[in-house]
Amino acid sequence: MDLNFTPEEEAFRAEVRAFLAEKLPKRLSDKVANGKHLSKDDMQEWHAILNQRGWLANHWPEEYGGPGWTAVEKFIFEHECALENAPRIVPFGVNMLGPVLIKYGNEAQKRYWLPRILDGSDWWCQGYSEPGAGSDLAAVKTTAVRGVDEQGEHYIVNGQKTWTTLGQHANMIFCLVRTDREAKKQEGISFLLIDMNTPGVEVRPIVLLDGEHEVNEVFFTDVRVPVENLVGQENRGWTCAKYLLTYERTNIAGVGFSVAGLERLKRIAFEQTRNGKPLLDDPAFAARLARVEIDLENMKTTNLRVIAAVAGGGVPGAESSMLKIRGTEIRQEINALARRAMGVYARPFSQDMLDAAYDGPQFGPDFAAAASAQYFNNRKLSIFGGSNEIQKNIISKMILGL
Amino acid sequence: MNFEHTEERRMLADSLNRFIAEQYAFETRDRIAASNEGYSKAMWQQFAELGVIGALLREEDGGFGGGGFDIAVVFEALGRGLVIEPFLGSAVLAAEAISAAGSAEQKARLASIADGSAIAGFAHDEPATHYELARVQTRAERGGDGWVLNGAKAVVAQGEAADWFVVSARSGGAVDDEAGISLFLVPKDVAGVQVIGIPTIDGGRVAELRFNHVQLDAGALLGEEGQGYAVLERAVGRGVLALCAESLGAMEAAKAATLDYLRTRKQFGVPIGSFQALQHRMADLLLEIEQARSAVINAAAALDGERIVRERALSAAKASIGRIGTLVAEECIQLHGGIGMTWELPLAHYAKRLVMIDHQLGDEDHHLARYIALGRRLAA
Repeated sequence: MDLNFTPEEEAFRAEVRAFLAEKLPKRLSDKVANGKHLSKDDMQEWHAILNQRGWLANHWPEEYGGPGWTAVEKFIFEHECALENAPRIVPFGVNMLGPVLIKYGNEAQKRYWLPRILDGSDWWCQGYSEPGAGSDLAAVKTTAVRGVDEQGEHYIVNGQKTWTTLGQHANMIFCLVRTDREAKKQEGISFLLIDMNTPGVEVRPIVLLDGEHEVNEVFFTDVRVPVENLVGQENRGWTCAKYLLTYERTNIAGVGFSVAGLERLKRIAFEQTRNGKPLLDDPAFAARLARVEIDLENMKTTNLRVIAAVAGGGVPGAESSMLKIRGTEIRQEINALARRAMGVYARPFSQDMLDAAYDGPQFGPDFAAAASAQYFNNRKLSIFGGSNEIQKNIISKMILGL
Repeated sequence: MNFEHTEERRMLADSLNRFIAEQYAFETRDRIAASNEGYSKAMWQQFAELGVIGALLREEDGGFGGGGFDIAVVFEALGRGLVIEPFLGSAVLAAEAISAAGSAEQKARLASIADGSAIAGFAHDEPATHYELARVQTRAERGGDGWVLNGAKAVVAQGEAADWFVVSARSGGAVDDEAGISLFLVPKDVAGVQVIGIPTIDGGRVAELRFNHVQLDAGALLGEEGQGYAVLERAVGRGVLALCAESLGAMEAAKAATLDYLRTRKQFGVPIGSFQALQHRMADLLLEIEQARSAVINAAAALDGERIVRERALSAAKASIGRIGTLVAEECIQLHGGIGMTWELPLAHYAKRLVMIDHQLGDEDHHLARYIALGRRLAA
């Protein structure tokens, strides 16, 4: 039993820290630290910096341009990035589609698409959820009908995807589509890559409760997709879908985000006062803060135990469901406490206050507007990636055997 | 990073688990718990021969372990078996106080603790303490050739079985001061010591101690006069870890029993474990127990570390265990329904033990407040 990282891992951590100190633009980390909007250019800039170093596709095998990191090294990298307020890696191309192509794509697909993910030629988004297929993902209804015309074999796609994160920036979308309406639910699904500039694709924004345009609806009307864009076998797309979801669950506990959030929360609670004393000394507030801090201390170790099991040859299975549930609960509680710490100043809000260039009047403490926006925005954490209730179903079935 | 126990510890845990499964089955435990002695002398000897007591003591104290993870491994197994023999009071709390502060002559007593031939009691809590470590009202005054003790101690584990006690008493300072607390070794049979025994709700026996002009010789003082607080903190810290690990073992046993019940009990023609309302409660318990295990690991790893970091990890663990242990107890009874309310079901006794661990060496609220206070010192 040893909770310390090995000297090699500590050296790796130092290497990551040195890299972040040198290469992470302060302009970007300030935005993240202060809860300001990141533009498409901001995100692409960070991707390019990571790619330059060979660290963007850190889940990919070395032969495809990955760094060949162990599970522990991936954890250290993600943790240090979160602590230094680096922008998140936009996961759809590099962390989701990439591994699917590497496992199920043909040679031509790998050769064409993978380098374009790395160099930013394509911005991918995810076409999974539909209005009638949320937690019940296999209920997708978007159809793809195979046909032939003078330009060759193709699919004609009709239907609608939703909750398409950052789809407004994307030129490509990977979709689960129904290619066999007669087959049983999971068996008639295929995994298709669709160019969003094809006629018949329409993206409409969904504005979230915090006023943010983060997600979209994507409509498909007689969209022609070349048959070369099928990944894996026709009607076997569910296999790809499930495989991708296991990658969606990496770093699912978000411990680094919670540690960074807790540090900020403590700063806020030190600066804000009640009865002339720091909020940190208010017994009710301090107790709630201590509870979530203790939960996070325990979660750090739980997270490392799961990672150590993976590193030791174990399989990261349903344990990640536990990390997802409690990790997101902790993040949401930290968000809730930051909002509460703002008192009456939790309310004044307009979207432009979250622009780095905002120079209008200041209402209340620095982080006030961002605290409320993050609180509402992060209600999503317990809903996406398989709602926390779905995670409990998984635990019941896979771990408890109920 | 490595979360596997050493080979030696795994072997120790295996042999202890096997012994408990074979020799300490629930019926045996139930009989011992209700006995006039409140523990089994024969079992105590067997545990000593198995090396279980020795594993809790350091080499220089006559044992062959004594590390944080030794304590964790042993007490998790003891918790799984609901063992009530006096490991905590004798081999952890009293032994650590003697190890930390004892003279060579006093330390000689550790050998009799290690081989099980003597049982030491740890008499610190008082009727008005409510877990505050520095709140000591029992008085020690110089008199005769040594000291005179007056006061009372509360809920001393196996107080009747103990041959002698480590007793905290105030020789100076105000009632809540850390300074001015002295420790003494007090034989049970000395004049003026009254021991009033009583069973507990979770098995075994405890005693109230009264000291009425108890005359002690000068050699009874353990450590420096007035400097007992740091010794108490060290001993209680190890005791906190032991209780946390014991609770974890009891949680695992309660979880296994409840899962078994959910799979076999049928209502409406199906196992009740097929109902989502119960599945989600069980999934929550699993998650909480894994967090509790992490808390125990954190505490064990911090045991020999720097003071504030160590004490914070211990308080974080005890606060976690207090909350989670109570939750596991309440949920497991609820998931069992009526049968969970009965004496005949072992689960009910695990539930009682889990709840009562929160009443030893500081409950959830106490350790949460302590964690906050220690954090301020860290920031200052």
